[in-house]
Amino acid sequence: MSVKYLKETASQTAGPYVHIGLAPHQAGFDIFQNNFDNNLVSATTRGAQIIIEGRVFDGSGSLVRDALIEAWQANADGRYNHPGDRQKTGSVDPNFRGWGRACTDFESGIYRFYTVKPGCVAGREGKVQAPHINLWIVARGINMGLNTRIYFADEEKANESDPILRGIELKKRRDTLIAKPSQKDGKTIYTFDIVLQGENETVFFDV
Amino acid sequence: MNDLVSSVPPAFLKDGANPYPELYRRDYAAQSPAYAPIYKTSVLRSPRNALLSIDHSVSETTGPMFGQNELGMLDNDLILNYAKDGEAIGPRIIVHGYILDENGRGLPNTLVEFWQANAGGRYRHKNDTYLAPIDPNFGGCGRTLTDENGYYYFRTIRPGAYPWRNYVNSWRPAHIHFSLFGNAFAQRLITQMYFEGDPLIKVCPIIKTIPDEEAIQRLIAPLDLNASVPDDTMAYRFDMVLRGRRSTLFENRLEGN
Ligand SMILES: [Fe+3]
Repeated sequence: MSVKYLKETASQTAGPYVHIGLAPHQAGFDIFQNNFDNNLVSATTRGAQIIIEGRVFDGSGSLVRDALIEAWQANADGRYNHPGDRQKTGSVDPNFRGWGRACTDFESGIYRFYTVKPGCVAGREGKVQAPHINLWIVARGINMGLNTRIYFADEEKANESDPILRGIELKKRRDTLIAKPSQKDGKTIYTFDIVLQGENETVFFDV
Repeated sequence: MNDLVSSVPPAFLKDGANPYPELYRRDYAAQSPAYAPIYKTSVLRSPRNALLSIDHSVSETTGPMFGQNELGMLDNDLILNYAKDGEAIGPRIIVHGYILDENGRGLPNTLVEFWQANAGGRYRHKNDTYLAPIDPNFGGCGRTLTDENGYYYFRTIRPGAYPWRNYVNSWRPAHIHFSLFGNAFAQRLITQMYFEGDPLIKVCPIIKTIPDEEAIQRLIAPLDLNASVPDDTMAYRFDMVLRGRRSTLFENRLEGN
């Protein structure tokens, strides 16, 4: 006899029409007064505002134009807006929930988040995690949402000691989690492409 | 839900312990593999490398929270929330149940989102070209927050089955898509609810990707006459379970607490 627990509900694909429920405007109509979107910031959010931009590719190298991606991240101080974050340093920013959702565009395949660069976050056993954004990716053909993380190329030193990145032996694979910055119209854009399968396949996590 | 676990005690909290400890590891035996050729689209959209297992930090044990003030009055009424010059057409149903964790505890104040085809099996989506007509009074989506016990409900019309390109002559059983948050990003889940008695369930490739028959049965909502509104609306009961959290009987090594 073993102790009995309930079983997690089986995941099912979000399907091709996920936009109806989670981003109705992209499906082609407006229904809710308040919509959840890809803008995580307001004018009063603390920290350096950035744009995350990228595309999603399948195993044949084709664009995945029907993906939905959610981001969950700490604020500029490295604090999550949640009572389970009990870090001693920094403070919660009331103007930053730290969550948003974006869809890849039906034509260009590009997704974008407007956010702030997160700070370092406490890891286990006194370790420090480099600044990162947690991602969850769903689409038609994906049976269970895929988890990964965005790290930042200009955080080289923090990345070197990050416990997750250190756990990825092949540098080529580690590099799939690192977004590269560029400047456009005075804004900082980090490019982060997601490869679902094949060469350069993104590292996905069993969280 | 067939067997609600009552023998599991609530998490024992050490004084000052974080009330949001680590989650149980996911049981993949009851989940679809990423690569499931019976569902053809999964062939090119499934990672080939093993997932990298990571210990939980505050990045996984926390997640976004939502407030009632972010939702509209009719967000949980699909019969009325897109009504233009009449009500949505179709059999009127209530869908209700609990969002629980693996410990059998209700998850309060968690966002539940849902979307579906109309009674003819047609989605209000620019990419859906099925010949069944759009219902001008039906949007096909809604959302609600669970109450303090993890209970949710909404009203809608029963969706129709629809054809899709997998095999020639593949039909999806009637279903409602659900999106769940829980209180940790690692609990995030999307699933689908099916209706008791639907003969298409047995032949659906997307359902067949689930390797565990009991897990499939848990996605099938039974008719719930006790919750029906006489002369008005039938009801279906659908409980869902998200990953549970460890009891913090002893110090764990999750830092930042
Ligand atoms: Fe569907």
